[in-house]
Amino acid sequence: MSGLNEEIREQPAADVPTRRVSISVNGEKRVADVEPRLLLAHLLRQGFKLTGTHTGCDTTNCGACTVLFDGKPVKSCTMLAVQADGHDVTTVEGLAGSSELHPIQEGFKDEHGLQCGFCTPGMMLAAKALLDENPDPNEDEVRWALSGNLCRCTGYQNIVKSVLWAAKKLQQQ
Amino acid sequence: MYPSRFRYEAPRSIDEAVALLQEGGGEAKVLAGGQSLVPLLKLRFASPELLVDINDLPGLDYHKVDPDGTIRIGALCRHADLERSALLPAKQPTMAAAAPLVADPIVRNRGTLVGSLCHADPQGDWASVVTALGGHVVAQGANGRRRIPMREFVSGPFQNTLAFDEIAIEAVIPAPKGMPAGGYLKLERRVGDFATVGTAVALELSGAVFSRAGIALTGVGGSTIDAAEAAQALVGSPLTAETIANAAALAARAAQPRTDHRGSAEYKRHIVRTFVQRILTRVAQPNGKAA
Repeated sequence: MSGLNEEIREQPAADVPTRRVSISVNGEKRVADVEPRLLLAHLLRQGFKLTGTHTGCDTTNCGACTVLFDGKPVKSCTMLAVQADGHDVTTVEGLAGSSELHPIQEGFKDEHGLQCGFCTPGMMLAAKALLDENPDPNEDEVRWALSGNLCRCTGYQNIVKSVLWAAKKLQQQ
Repeated sequence: MYPSRFRYEAPRSIDEAVALLQEGGGEAKVLAGGQSLVPLLKLRFASPELLVDINDLPGLDYHKVDPDGTIRIGALCRHADLERSALLPAKQPTMAAAAPLVADPIVRNRGTLVGSLCHADPQGDWASVVTALGGHVVAQGANGRRRIPMREFVSGPFQNTLAFDEIAIEAVIPAPKGMPAGGYLKLERRVGDFATVGTAVALELSGAVFSRAGIALTGVGGSTIDAAEAAQALVGSPLTAETIANAAALAARAAQPRTDHRGSAEYKRHIVRTFVQRILTRVAQPNGKAA
């Protein structure tokens, strides 16, 4: 990984071809010159310093790197940063307001939906996409929507409860 | 992990994309959903010099049914579009059954059916479905379009018969002559794992008998297996316990499973028989209990 960290600094070496991308990240326009091979997860973490997006398995399995791409959850380790040019990306940093936690974050806190917390950003964004589409899911629908995100601590029980808690809270708002 | 260096182009028209592939001279790869290609690039199993990203090509994200019943799936139609399709449950039950079983929900937001066919992974679900349905792929190159029957499209594991300067722009399922029936069942260790076994059954019912049948198997051979003999045994006869058992046994015989960490060859063969039997039994008795 260290090789890339060096290569994707804001100013790549002069002889490396780059492309300018303009991405709306959490509602804010961000511009970067990136190598085509740079992954979206790496641009977010190392380029934009948004380290809430975690890289877990790096093989499209675990979903820790899940972000919303034009509102839909995608695995940001399995997309190129150049592909995000002109698109909207939401990371976990975009969930909370300036002073308040998002109801999904509150739910994970209230229902103990995390232990080590590594998978949590991806879980919350997958949950956000679910609740945007289906504000009143049942337990099966929550489990289905989160089935692309792996957690090695909780056994999922409390994660599912957290999302159901958030659904209820959001409906009351 | 990160890919080796490549040149990246995102053309705005199919002609432009084909021209880029010609320029690439066999060292170019087409990027659609990227859910198989990007991992391959990261692992450096693939190191193309040029990546032609077709995600900006307009008008390829469709799936639609022609007036005659032909189903067309464009190169940018995502698995999730098919999973949420309002058309498929009534028009094409085998596809409707398979769509929610491909990969996981997040991968389904990006991955495409046509890309899955091109990737030609013996464990890919869609290749079995399209094979069972007797479908074909439409390829566009510099000299126009041609149809490649699915049975000829996959030439081996991870190999297809597209020319280096052709793009698969559409998958086509021919119009059924009878009433479509069938299903897709998949055994996986967990969501998102490759199929231990997948079984596609596509039937057309004309009166009390089947006028067409296709059965194809996922994950039990070096490439997608067309269990034509098993399917042929169903044509012209009604579904009885006997014909079901016979077709299931023939499908199990067509499988070429290997013992690996997902199970023994014998186990996988048993699952093929069970799945074919289960799908056919549900077709015969839609409200009955599964076998």
